Amino acid sequence: MYDPTVARLTYRALLGRRRALILGALPLLLIVIAVAVRGLAGADDQTASDLLGGLALATMVPIIGVIAGTGAIGPEIDDGSVVYLLSKPVKRPTIIFTKLIVAIAVTMVFSALPTFIAGFILNGNGQQIAVAYTVAALVASIAYAAIFLLLGTVSRHAVVFGLVYALVWEALFGSLVEGARTLSVQQWSLAVAQKVAGGDMVTSDVALPTATVLLTVVTVLATWYAGQKLRSLTLAGEE
Amino acid sequence: MAVEQPMRTPVTSSGDQTRIHNIGYRTYDGPRLGRSYATRSLYSQSLRGAYGLGRSVKSKVLPMLLFVVMCVPAAIMVAVAVATKAKDLPVDYTRYAIIMQAVISLYVASQAPQSVSRDLRFKTVPLYFSRPIETADYVRAKFAALASALFILTAAPLLVLYVGALLAKLDFADQTKGFAQGLVSVALLSLLFAGIGLVIASVTPRRGFGIAAVIAVMTISYGAVSTLQAIADAQSLGDGGGSSAAIAWIGLFSPITLIDGLQSAFLGASSAFPGGVGPGNGEGLVYLLAVLGLIAASYGLLMRRYKKVGL
Repeated sequence: MYDPTVARLTYRALLGRRRALILGALPLLLIVIAVAVRGLAGADDQTASDLLGGLALATMVPIIGVIAGTGAIGPEIDDGSVVYLLSKPVKRPTIIFTKLIVAIAVTMVFSALPTFIAGFILNGNGQQIAVAYTVAALVASIAYAAIFLLLGTVSRHAVVFGLVYALVWEALFGSLVEGARTLSVQQWSLAVAQKVAGGDMVTSDVALPTATVLLTVVTVLATWYAGQKLRSLTLAGEE
Repeated sequence: MAVEQPMRTPVTSSGDQTRIHNIGYRTYDGPRLGRSYATRSLYSQSLRGAYGLGRSVKSKVLPMLLFVVMCVPAAIMVAVAVATKAKDLPVDYTRYAIIMQAVISLYVASQAPQSVSRDLRFKTVPLYFSRPIETADYVRAKFAALASALFILTAAPLLVLYVGALLAKLDFADQTKGFAQGLVSVALLSLLFAGIGLVIASVTPRRGFGIAAVIAVMTISYGAVSTLQAIADAQSLGDGGGSSAAIAWIGLFSPITLIDGLQSAFLGASSAFPGGVGPGNGEGLVYLLAVLGLIAASYGLLMRRYKKVGL
């Protein structure tokens, strides 16, 4: 199910010059802000929770997920070079699975790791906050990578739709409409984080069993459907 | 040379049989419309393109959808205000764009790369510059087109609010003043966002990457600034308002808070900053300089970007 050559090519496409620049700039900014806040305000559990929840989990993880998830396959379909990959004797679900693994790995490295570091800078893992948000970022990375990889195979405007989901649905509707939160990767991963932290600093609107089931179902379904989509891929001409 | 030699001999020998036929090609002697006409055409084509007009149905969906999403809340507010015979609109004219900033950011992110990245990707930029237009014309046309598209996007809901307010028989002078202030604010916002979006998008020929880069700059900067402001606000509650000056200075670092601070300093808007305290007049001047400086800087950067015609 895992093809090292496809993985190597995907890594190189994802971490090529400019992409790596933007992928690296976001975590760096988070850590700089964490240092600044620690310096100005001192260690405070509520502050740490606000910063990690509001900035790291709500904006940084989805954006890195969009870049990594759609970037793993989107550009190849866009410029037509995916044909050379598809014409090789590699099963298409294998291609998708490999690309998913790479996208998950990249998202985790560039979002969960800085979250962990920022958490430690902010309050030295008091009340398990750093660990809890890192776990949330790890879980969210898997789901986001799967969803956005699927979007990359379905639509040529994958980045826009991915961002609409991440920013408008999760951030805007999630804060206005209660029900929208049940269908949000962010809240699912927060449910897992809540279990890890144990305290009342990290809260989620979704119960843990529901969240786990939904996370698994969404990830598996998205990956399977992306594989199906790639089996019957037609190359669209330029608009 | 040695190869051509035998070919030339039969030509000269049958020279009396060759002649040039006049097959009716004519030179163009109509009016030459010139540089400013080409610039205007590029402007109108880019402006139409920003709403998907003259392009495929698929590319109309997103800008039109965002436009509708911008206007619907305004229509609902107006309907509520008329139905309940309210004394005032539920939202200030100046506040509307701040509330809908996610939609505006998405619009810039999707349309700025559409405007310039495709020219780079399909290598049409050299073709533009083979016409009478120059670097400055291209940059000005694209900049003006995106800024106008943004102005349409942000001013339309204000117009809905204004017309609705007049229908609801709210105070005419009061509403007109608010409407004018709102228009000035969204005009500055359009110029600022268009500049930032175009500078980022003009760096990459990849549309998807451009979208992600623009949205990352817009949201991450806003996310960082508002988080820091919230923290500073929480601190100032502890030390009796000492950090409220810090809130105003932090606001300088993201486009939407720049506009927010500017309009609360000069345009009579109530600030959306935590604690509701916007910058005063002195700090407001810094905000104004920052906004104008950013607009000028993005224009300068674009000019530099297109100095070299090739990629």
